[in-house]
Amino acid sequence: MTVTAPLLEVEDLHVRLRTPRGTASVVNGLSYTVGAGETVAVVGESGSGKSVSVLALLGLLPAGVATVTGRALLDGEDLLAMPADRLRQLRGPGVGMVFQDPMTSLNPVLTVGRQLVEGIRAHVDVPKAVARRRAVELLGEVGLPGPEKAVDRYPHELSGGMRQRVMIAIALSNSPALLIADEATTALDVTVQAQIIDLVQRLQADHGTGVVWITHDLGVVAGIADRVLVMYGGRCVEDGTVDDVLERPAHPYTRGLLGALPDLAVARADGGLPDLATVPGTPPAPTDLPAGCVFWPRCPVRADPRCETEQPPLAHVRGQSRDFGPSLAHRAATWCAEDGGAPGTTEEDR
Amino acid sequence: MSDDVLVSARGLQVHFPVRGSGLLRRTTGAVRAVDGVDLDIRRGETLGLVGESGCGKSTLGNALLRLVEPTGGSVTFDGTDVTGLSARGLRDLRRRAGMVFQDPFASLDPRRTVAQTVAEPLEVHGLRSGKRERAARVGELLELVGLDPAVAGRYPHEFSGGQRQRVGIARALAGEPDFLVCDEAIASLDVSVQAQVLNLLRRLQRRLGLTYLFISHDLSAVRYLSDRIAVMYLGRVVEVGPAAAVGGDPQMPYTQALLSAVPLAKPAEERARERIVLTGDVPSPAAVPSGCRFRTRCPYVFEPCDRVDPALQPAGAAGQVAACHLHGVVGTPVAQEQDAAAPSRRP
Repeated sequence: MTVTAPLLEVEDLHVRLRTPRGTASVVNGLSYTVGAGETVAVVGESGSGKSVSVLALLGLLPAGVATVTGRALLDGEDLLAMPADRLRQLRGPGVGMVFQDPMTSLNPVLTVGRQLVEGIRAHVDVPKAVARRRAVELLGEVGLPGPEKAVDRYPHELSGGMRQRVMIAIALSNSPALLIADEATTALDVTVQAQIIDLVQRLQADHGTGVVWITHDLGVVAGIADRVLVMYGGRCVEDGTVDDVLERPAHPYTRGLLGALPDLAVARADGGLPDLATVPGTPPAPTDLPAGCVFWPRCPVRADPRCETEQPPLAHVRGQSRDFGPSLAHRAATWCAEDGGAPGTTEEDR
Repeated sequence: MSDDVLVSARGLQVHFPVRGSGLLRRTTGAVRAVDGVDLDIRRGETLGLVGESGCGKSTLGNALLRLVEPTGGSVTFDGTDVTGLSARGLRDLRRRAGMVFQDPFASLDPRRTVAQTVAEPLEVHGLRSGKRERAARVGELLELVGLDPAVAGRYPHEFSGGQRQRVGIARALAGEPDFLVCDEAIASLDVSVQAQVLNLLRRLQRRLGLTYLFISHDLSAVRYLSDRIAVMYLGRVVEVGPAAAVGGDPQMPYTQALLSAVPLAKPAEERARERIVLTGDVPSPAAVPSGCRFRTRCPYVFEPCDRVDPALQPAGAAGQVAACHLHGVVGTPVAQEQDAAAPSRRP
């Protein structure tokens, strides 16, 4: 897949939230790009800032509480600087979003069809009947059985998997250039999850949609992503191709996460299996981030005197040169990259 | 192997009545959450119980502890029939069989300190008399689950999810139980914390000789922790066997599909994998298909599947059983007046 000019270019995104316990720095300088037809997975544990970082892009954070800075260019237009009207035009045809919980993000008192038709007619001036026909088509496309009947159903009449498919149909109703899926399959059974992933990949191949897939499930990442961005404490601590990050992780946190996964291929024989590797401790509170490397208080390596004092830049992992270009680069923000020791050149090369 | 069995279910049924909307609210059908389960849990083992949401795995766990009343069949705990227990016998069961719940945010009383929560079973069962002894025991229990006894005076909101789950485990251990039902005990935790709790559960089992029923939809975790695995579909156990056999060479098409749907964190393998994608949704437990319950989604469905309700029969490795006609048509023929007349709201 050749990637030309990126579809989405996020640069130095910061999100601060005012909370009763002080200012929470939820996203701290996040930069990434998504090309057309490309899937970028954003992984991290709860509180790592992965959801907030995309809600900020779409202007969905409460205005009085959140301060968002940085740039987010969608096809050259800055989402963060544009007036609310323009942003509303773009939500739909520009960016579609699938939220985690389909029960709370669908309107319970409107039929599925009404909700789809509303989305379509907000952006394209078509008669209701045409929009409805399109709605039925979309429901068929996402694999809902009996779309002609399903269109008149209320959300509570559908199962979780069916509701999630309705959410995807709504997100796709204006053929967005970019689809953001926030834990879209987390609440679903693995069998339904497999159906949904199948569906998104098929639609992506047909329409060349760029996808940002937010999840904590590294298994899903392996199946769906071209590139992976690992978030911790509101920062990107490692990014690279899915093979680099999952097979050759450089950051101690990524290594810890992968080590903590029970391996499906290994069964416990007689209790003789070793303990799972764990990442001791808990993630830092966004109101009280550590100085230096965000991960140092939990880091088992901590091999550099700078760990506790100086924030490591996102730098190329050794064995990687910057000649690869952004889509193949493998970078980690750590003083203790476990493959190569000292990190290589930084992105800015100051 | 009869006397190494700690918990045993025979023909266990939990049906919930479905009432009509009319004036008399007559019973018009039943949700067959658990519908004829035979299951043995051996002393000292971990039996993993997997299945999709709505398959009845939580209801089964609850019915084994009589947290819901079975509507048919029997449960024996260490030789005693649980279904006929008196209030007093039931209290003894509650001490010897505990439960670790899914959501540590909902299962702890926010207005009680950790010490009060963990001490409650001690008071209820009269296990330690005197405040000081109870406090000492609470400290012991907290230490056992890897918490600092100094946190005893704190409230649940002061803890992270993983720490709360440890408190929940400490409470479940207070009565010195033989048997713990862990119902999605790691589902609401982050990956790195899940590993901590899985390790803790294993350590406790080795140390205290516990028997676990580990209910989860996370097949990797189940396979990691379990000696044997039971697979449930629509109210029935459809496959049971050693973890390596069920996880490595499943004999029931449903188990095969379920396992093939589990995503692995290995990109190369993931891309190369042939996935069995099941079509459609699980039928409603209020309108169970005749014969084999899985036949509406099974890729191998053939002639006897809608006529004969398959029984568990030996298939694959030693100790592995599966309810599938592919291994020979064994089971109960479907009676003519099969009450499939239960109203269906499915499309």
